[in-house]
Amino acid sequence: MKEKPFTIASFEGFLQEKKLMGSRCTQCGALWLPPRPICPSCKHDGMEWTEFSGKGKLAAFTVIGVGPMPMIDSGYNRDNPYCAGIVEVEEGPRISAQILGVDVVHPENIKIGMPLTADYVERGSWHFVEELAKNRKMYLTFRA
Amino acid sequence: MVGAGMSAFGIRPDVTNRELFAEAFLDMRRSVDKQFDLKDIEALYVGNCGAEMWESQTAIGALCANEVGISPRPALKIEDACASSSVALREGIMGIASGMYDMVAAGGTEKMSTLSTNWTTMALACGSDTSYEGAAGFTFPGLYASMATAHMERYGTTHDDMLRVAIKNHSNGALNPKAHFPMTIKGVMEMRIAKAKEKGTPVPNWADEMEFLNDPRYNPVIAWPNTLFDCCPVTDGAACILLVAEELATEFTDTPIYIIGSGQASGQNLHDRETLTSIPAAVIAAQQAYEMADVVPQDIDIAEVHDCFTIAEIMAIADVGFFEEGAEAAKAAAEGKTARDGIKPVNVSGGLKCKGHPVGATGSAQIVEIFEQMRGSAGARQVTGRDIELALTHNIGAHGTTAVVQIYERRQ
Repeated sequence: MKEKPFTIASFEGFLQEKKLMGSRCTQCGALWLPPRPICPSCKHDGMEWTEFSGKGKLAAFTVIGVGPMPMIDSGYNRDNPYCAGIVEVEEGPRISAQILGVDVVHPENIKIGMPLTADYVERGSWHFVEELAKNRKMYLTFRA
Repeated sequence: MVGAGMSAFGIRPDVTNRELFAEAFLDMRRSVDKQFDLKDIEALYVGNCGAEMWESQTAIGALCANEVGISPRPALKIEDACASSSVALREGIMGIASGMYDMVAAGGTEKMSTLSTNWTTMALACGSDTSYEGAAGFTFPGLYASMATAHMERYGTTHDDMLRVAIKNHSNGALNPKAHFPMTIKGVMEMRIAKAKEKGTPVPNWADEMEFLNDPRYNPVIAWPNTLFDCCPVTDGAACILLVAEELATEFTDTPIYIIGSGQASGQNLHDRETLTSIPAAVIAAQQAYEMADVVPQDIDIAEVHDCFTIAEIMAIADVGFFEEGAEAAKAAAEGKTARDGIKPVNVSGGLKCKGHPVGATGSAQIVEIFEQMRGSAGARQVTGRDIELALTHNIGAHGTTAVVQIYERRQ
């Protein structure tokens, strides 16, 4: 079977199947999440898809009241803020994601290093132009 | 550099980008000590981040050239988020260094006040990696807030350390007539007290400005831990610099300012960086600039750095080598080291925090301050008691995907 191209669309396609997929360099073995077509480490352009376990820990975070439109449309606002963070997955790479299941009312209780598991939520697309924002799709999140 | 000027920064409802740019251009023209002919400007480089979004207008380079009367000279619009006008200036430098041009104008303009808070948040977030960072719900205050939580975790930095940066930069900007909010934090606090008395509502009883800043009713969280006063405002404004070939400089002024070091680097989105507590592109750009100028951080007399959020200044003063990354940089404002009378004055203009941050104009506006400070024409905010021979600017595009660091010299 021909490999899917190492694109954002392919990564998002896997998210629809609730799979967290990245790329592995066939030359140096480095892992990339999100997937990369050219290895940033050894510059080789041979990659293969690899599934990540979805287990990770929180590396940095914030709690946001005024978010981008897809978050506002999902019901988030100053009275109902959400957590966004950077997650270091157990295989090594880091990725950005909404963080669910944490105490957004008391952000000081959210701890860097806390264990997280990948989860998937549907919301509108991230686009400045409204016409492009209509498509709903599955997005990566992590849950405490 | 033989001329430098800027528009008033603030909410400017009655003007568009081209008119803001013309205001800066005229201010620049007035700053040139000897006569010069506009016809000698051979090219125009205009930094702009988002006129498409805020003003439904592309191709503003030519519009600006027309407005200031230098058509048909070539005009370029250059976009690198909040570093747009530093990048524009560098392109101008290269136009002259290549031998192609003897005189160019370079600057930037941004009109931001047209959209609601929600849509301005979106427009700014377009500078993130929207497919991954935007998709995660990150906003710009949120991305820098994440760097702040990483800094707090790694170095024990406190939110009060961050707020000290805001207090310092507002005390500088209070002296800047072109600043968006030319007030000290204490002044803001006293205004709130006066307003409460006037309205007959309970009068807040803050002991000092730090207590005021820690009152969430008056300083709400924007993206935790970033509060309102950790964030720069949304500002309309423009700035413009006149560059000429080195050997011609004294034809236009007896006190030209020389750009002796210039560095620029690109960087990754936040989650791909090896560090979350420093901006690697800024470190690389600074190394390039120091190497080209053949000076070291200790030699720099004053600096304007990219304090779009308070934590950004704490990281910036470490990334350019003034202070050690971590506690030393985090406490620099609290200890007075970066104050106007400190060992290393930083953001004497008020910084992005107080002066305002019209994103595509910010880099060149930083340079306007350096130009005026080095020539002793900064008025009430002139740094005194030291000879300013070397200065530095540090301008970040987006959350660190572009960085420009430059070093300036005044020759005797």
